[in-house]
Amino acid sequence: MASDWDWQVFCRDTIEGQVQPGCFGSQGDITYLDWLLSAWGWTLSVSLLALVVALTIGALMGVLRTAPSKGLRFIGNAWTELFRNIPLLVQVFLWYYVIPELIPSLKQVSSFVLMVFALGFFTSARVAEQVKAGIQSLPKGQRHAGLAMGLTLPQTYRHVLLPMAFRIVIPPLTSESMNIVKNSSVAFAISIAELTMFARQAGEETSRNIEIYLAVTALYFVSAFLINRVALFIERRVQVPGMIGSAR
Amino acid sequence: MKKYIIALSAALTLGTAQADTLLKIKGSGAVTMGVRESSGALSYTLGDGKYVGYHVELCERVIKAIQKQLGLTALVTRYQPVTSQNRVLLVQNGTVDIECGSTTNNTARQRDVSFAVTTYVEEVRIATKVSSGITGIAQLNGKKVATTTGTTSVQTLRKNERATGMNFDELFGKDHADSFLLMESGRADAFVMDVQILAGLISKAKNPGEFRIVGEVLSVEPIAIMFRKDDAEFKKLVDATIIGLIKSGELAKIYDKWFLQPIPPANTKVGLPLSEATKAAWATPNDKPMEDYARK
Repeated sequence: MASDWDWQVFCRDTIEGQVQPGCFGSQGDITYLDWLLSAWGWTLSVSLLALVVALTIGALMGVLRTAPSKGLRFIGNAWTELFRNIPLLVQVFLWYYVIPELIPSLKQVSSFVLMVFALGFFTSARVAEQVKAGIQSLPKGQRHAGLAMGLTLPQTYRHVLLPMAFRIVIPPLTSESMNIVKNSSVAFAISIAELTMFARQAGEETSRNIEIYLAVTALYFVSAFLINRVALFIERRVQVPGMIGSAR
Repeated sequence: MKKYIIALSAALTLGTAQADTLLKIKGSGAVTMGVRESSGALSYTLGDGKYVGYHVELCERVIKAIQKQLGLTALVTRYQPVTSQNRVLLVQNGTVDIECGSTTNNTARQRDVSFAVTTYVEEVRIATKVSSGITGIAQLNGKKVATTTGTTSVQTLRKNERATGMNFDELFGKDHADSFLLMESGRADAFVMDVQILAGLISKAKNPGEFRIVGEVLSVEPIAIMFRKDDAEFKKLVDATIIGLIKSGELAKIYDKWFLQPIPPANTKVGLPLSEATKAAWATPNDKPMEDYARK
């Protein structure tokens, strides 16, 4: 098995299984390499869009959870607990099979959009938890000082609390952003042609499971690692001398 | 880097089991049967580590024959669940001695493993709701068609699209139950899959009368018991046992038990009479791969 690696499997077309010159398909035919790249594209699209959803809603909910108003805190806490306590795969199935039974218009929504929101909401709960922790890690005096200066509450958040809180939570947010790439693999369960689905299907068609899984593993690693590098770049660019995380 | 690759290759190569399965069984006093969690009536679980089905029962007969040939007073059978993704690898590396699931015999797999003579010929067809009015593949153009990730049916659909210029909007369930749910819930208009799996799912549906299997046979696939390659003695024994069961009419009885009589756990009938293709395979036992069937 290992003695006869067959990396040419990626150059075969997906209809007849013949090795194509140049490794890419032509005239409407595709090779497994074409398919692998398109699957990678789906994985990245789902992950990055879900990340946008997660960061936006997560930041908002995290802020709400530290607000002085009881009502706002309740909304933030309820959101976080709801999406944090249900397994991701179950949430995805709920969005895909159950909720459309209750709201028929959702049946028209593509599985891609549902997946972006399902993954985004799931991760937003975790982001909210981290943003809340970041804000609470600041001394209470900062909030009071901001308000005493005559800033409104939103202004205090915008100019005093959040700029510091976000810098503090960049490392855990980086982990969360990398997790989203890995969690996007459940998208295959609702018919999105991403890397995990490619691995299962192409492995079955070519009987070269080891080669296919190694390639898919490498792409997951590269995707998560790229996010890690981008986050590190941001972390370095925004660091403020004298603040936490700046002693490098 | 190169050193690591060589070391890794060596480690993986050492994982390849010895080819003499009979010797291994004799030495260990145990045989490991690869089974499926849910492959229609061919091989499925009842829970609690119990596995049953047409191919499982057939393999139990084969294992009895092995025990007799080796002259063992006791032979332990271990059941190892396998998936579409790992079944070939587990046979190759010696975890599984004899795989009794629903593996299609094709040329790609024959490079890695061997197959017994074909014991079941699968046909891929279309299941749909009676109310959809669909009666053949031609009507599926532009429709939503469900199938299961990790099966040859996905490729069958793709080949059909390529050959006819039709375009299906494909939906992929992660397993057969999901694909059926896609059709049941109206997300898909049809479900293309192996007939025995379709028949099994319909028989277990809430309203079996709501669904039917229609249209032409899209693909024919020989399903067979799988074991390690280059083990002529083992293959000879398995083949001889199966041919013996065919000649004595026992295999037909086993088929009848699993496909026409009520089967556990819910005592439902699959209701799939012996097909002409399977009859032909029994009449002239052979281990021809799927590609030879397509050429006919």
